[in-house]
Amino acid sequence: MKVDIVGAGPAGLYLAILLRKNDPVHEVRVLERNAPDATFGWGVVFSEETLGELRDADHPTYLAITDSFARWSTVDIRYRDTLLRSRGHTFSAIARRQLLAILQRRACDLGADLRFGVEAHAADLGGADLVVAADGANSLTRRAHADAFGTRVSPQGGKYVWFGTDLVLDAFRFIFTETEYGLIQVHSYPFDERTSTFIVECPEPTWRRAGLDRMSERESIEFCTELFADDLGGHRLMSNKSVWLDFPLVRNDSWHHGNVVLLGDAAHTAHFSIGSGTKLAMEDALALANALTRHDNAVPAALVDYELQRQPVVERFQQAAGQSAAYFGRVAGYTDLVPERFAFNLLTRSGRVGYANLTQRDPDLVRLVDVSFRGDGLAASPPMSAAFTLGELTVPNRVVAELPAGSTVDGLANAAGAGLVLTGLVAVRPDGRTDPTCHTLDTDDAAEPWAELAHAVHERGGRVALRLGHAGARGSVRPPAHGVDLPLRAGGWPLVAASARPYLPGGAVPTALDDAGMDAICADFAAAARRAAVAGVDLLELDAAHGYLLAGFLSPLTNRRTDRFGGADLANRMRFPLAVLAAVRAVWPGPLAVRLTVTDAAKRGSTVEVGIETAAAFAAAGAELVHVQAGQSVPDGRPEYRRGHLTELSDRVRNEARVPTVVGGYLTTTDEVNTIVAAGRADLCVLARSAAQARAAVFG
Amino acid sequence: MRVGIGLPNTVPGGARTLVDWARRADDGPFSTLGVLDRVVYDSVEAFTALAAAAAVTDRVELATMVAIAPLRTPAALAKQAASVAALAGGRFTLGLGLGGRHDDYDVSGVEHRTRGARFSEQLAYLRGAFDGAGIGPSTSFGAADSGVTLLVGGGSGPAYARMARFADGYAHGGGPPRAFGSAAHSARAAWRDLGRPGEPLLWGQGYFALGGSDVAERGAAYLRDYYAFTGPFAERIAAGGLTSARAVKDFVRGYAAEGCDELILFPAVADLDQVDRLAEALA
Repeated sequence: MKVDIVGAGPAGLYLAILLRKNDPVHEVRVLERNAPDATFGWGVVFSEETLGELRDADHPTYLAITDSFARWSTVDIRYRDTLLRSRGHTFSAIARRQLLAILQRRACDLGADLRFGVEAHAADLGGADLVVAADGANSLTRRAHADAFGTRVSPQGGKYVWFGTDLVLDAFRFIFTETEYGLIQVHSYPFDERTSTFIVECPEPTWRRAGLDRMSERESIEFCTELFADDLGGHRLMSNKSVWLDFPLVRNDSWHHGNVVLLGDAAHTAHFSIGSGTKLAMEDALALANALTRHDNAVPAALVDYELQRQPVVERFQQAAGQSAAYFGRVAGYTDLVPERFAFNLLTRSGRVGYANLTQRDPDLVRLVDVSFRGDGLAASPPMSAAFTLGELTVPNRVVAELPAGSTVDGLANAAGAGLVLTGLVAVRPDGRTDPTCHTLDTDDAAEPWAELAHAVHERGGRVALRLGHAGARGSVRPPAHGVDLPLRAGGWPLVAASARPYLPGGAVPTALDDAGMDAICADFAAAARRAAVAGVDLLELDAAHGYLLAGFLSPLTNRRTDRFGGADLANRMRFPLAVLAAVRAVWPGPLAVRLTVTDAAKRGSTVEVGIETAAAFAAAGAELVHVQAGQSVPDGRPEYRRGHLTELSDRVRNEARVPTVVGGYLTTTDEVNTIVAAGRADLCVLARSAAQARAAVFG
Repeated sequence: MRVGIGLPNTVPGGARTLVDWARRADDGPFSTLGVLDRVVYDSVEAFTALAAAAAVTDRVELATMVAIAPLRTPAALAKQAASVAALAGGRFTLGLGLGGRHDDYDVSGVEHRTRGARFSEQLAYLRGAFDGAGIGPSTSFGAADSGVTLLVGGGSGPAYARMARFADGYAHGGGPPRAFGSAAHSARAAWRDLGRPGEPLLWGQGYFALGGSDVAERGAAYLRDYYAFTGPFAERIAAGGLTSARAVKDFVRGYAAEGCDELILFPAVADLDQVDRLAEALA
């Protein structure tokens, strides 16, 4: 088979090695536009997992690479004048130049035809059975068929520059430095006995404020050298065509077109902050070589196999990379965290490492995190077991159980162990119910089941939160066992809402509330809050989420009023919800939570930024906790239901609006709860029954 | 997990074997006979195929997996579904989705761009206005309302929300067990987000062509052709076809482990002996 590989980076060279090794009959040409010793960047990082695969694929390469490795097991985090070390990680790195030299030599030894200083034109590649585009993130070979590959390239994360330094580190080191322009951070690691990689990164606004957008290469080195003078300790920063860049996120729907296949950065990128580009590239080479062997060099079948193997792996890395890049974009919001929790947050940023995993790697750090949740600094239990204090209220642990809609004390069966039991919606008046099974708190008698619930929960040491609200446009529907927003077939009631718009197209049209109607509902909220207090409820949660009455005022999609309660101005749209909050605050003695849709997740709806502003305004008005929700403002939004789909929103509300949060989003494991709480992404977590538990309950 | 078999209603030649296929499957270990839906292809219309199957079977359940809802008016869809439900004596599950093919929309004179909104309106109709519309045979839609079990498919956030709002469960579009598991997570998360009690039903599907390399190649050729509209994905779908008893067993085990309630295995060749070969592979 004749194979032309365009690009002599790690992916292309390693493929050449493996193909020649697997079958010396293959004619393998590697075409590289640059000289053999031209390279950009400094050192590249590997994880231990990749090394095992390399060892078995081509042992001589593996030995040559690992002989040159810098290895370490520690991550240093410099933050707020403290240096925190986390141990138990496994990293190794090598100079990119050295890696390429090893691969070039081995490829030559095995008889691959390496040609440097040649541009690969499509015409020259006509004779090959297989053309491999291994020419990097800006692959010209790929660009020739961008439509066929379905290529999408977009910038990811902040601005960054890749320097080297003659400071030899003994660990991976993150440095976070406050400047007058904003937080600027460094990702640095050693890669040989003389040199370390030193990547400087910051969000674009910080970069502009610091004037880095106008500086020359030399000025920018001087700026960074001065900024990190303490860390560099007299050592210098070195440039290798080091200019400030946007990291390009490369994705392709298909990784092959005819006999052209994409490899490494040409096919996909992740983000430098999870250091996996070279690892993924070399794994690609291995997977492609193996696929060709499995399919007896039948190119079409092998390329499909290669894609099926690699795409799911790469998608997971891209997901993690996206989370990591986003973390570094908002890290300035975490500077209030104590150092050990800041470190925990950093180490768990991409979602690949959680509490349980980190406990294996670095029990000492995790113990410090555990202890940080307890005033006495002695016994350490996992964060989910730590008490949470909100004013006068102490919740014994971080787990919240939501009672099924319509249930009271009978719903407690599934709430064992939860520190806080949260009821389903309790309506302030009968026409504010969602459905006929929805409870109300409009009479003293109606408070009886909640007194019973509070008693039962207090008996077992827990606390009770009552979710108080008004269904607004989403009222008068069948119970949720039947479906959602399905109109009652008989016995419905008239609805009220911010504006006279049905929730579902063709649904019942509510009446827009007038001043008198709003006053009456404020009074109903206050009266219900009084009854909840008498019943012994510990925490009151005002429902301003999911398109119910108060949420209907907040969202510009459902609030079409032109009076002082509506319009483009958020303060106007918040006027009625804040009036309700004030009326409740005046009579409710305990802590108050707001259940809030932080983003409408719909076209022309409220964005996350508006949601955070709303959360901050509720907090300023006396809400002490925000229960983070998203979507359902309108039925045709674009929600996301991937794993932990509300966690990042909660993180942003908690750290940008500076208010404690509760988050759910179908969390089913205690590891998720421990990780979220320890990292400061929420204070309380709603733990859902997993599908396995639900099954056990049916069959048990 | 229950395992069903697809009728060859979208496999060329399937019109000839379909009725005998249904008879044979009624004897076999299969829980359900499923059908796919496509207009611009050499295929038998989904509800028509199920009506034929209903006439020659007593035991096996029937299901659309899925029917492309927006191609029909709400009333026409309801009429077809109610008719099959009546002919099958209630042995019927209605799986609905958007499909992925522009050409089916074009020839049906239905706008592709607004298909999502149209689908939601249809579901609202099935769960609401249909009841008072006087359209028989008498039935209702939604297992929770003692009617036909309703499944909704699709892989986007809005699709999961639509499923949790209107349906009894989720119909996955196919793929390896891991992809099903990821979709199942999203379906459960949406179910919870919308405040539904319990768990959604979860249905999965796959393709098989059993009987050696020639049969496997015919199956792959069919899948490449049937999914040609997806461009490069067609090859991946073709590569995912189950061509050995062992592959079938692994696939079934993988789906069961991910919490699938019902797995329908669709034929990629229409030969009648495929029913027996699949029954053997499952034994």
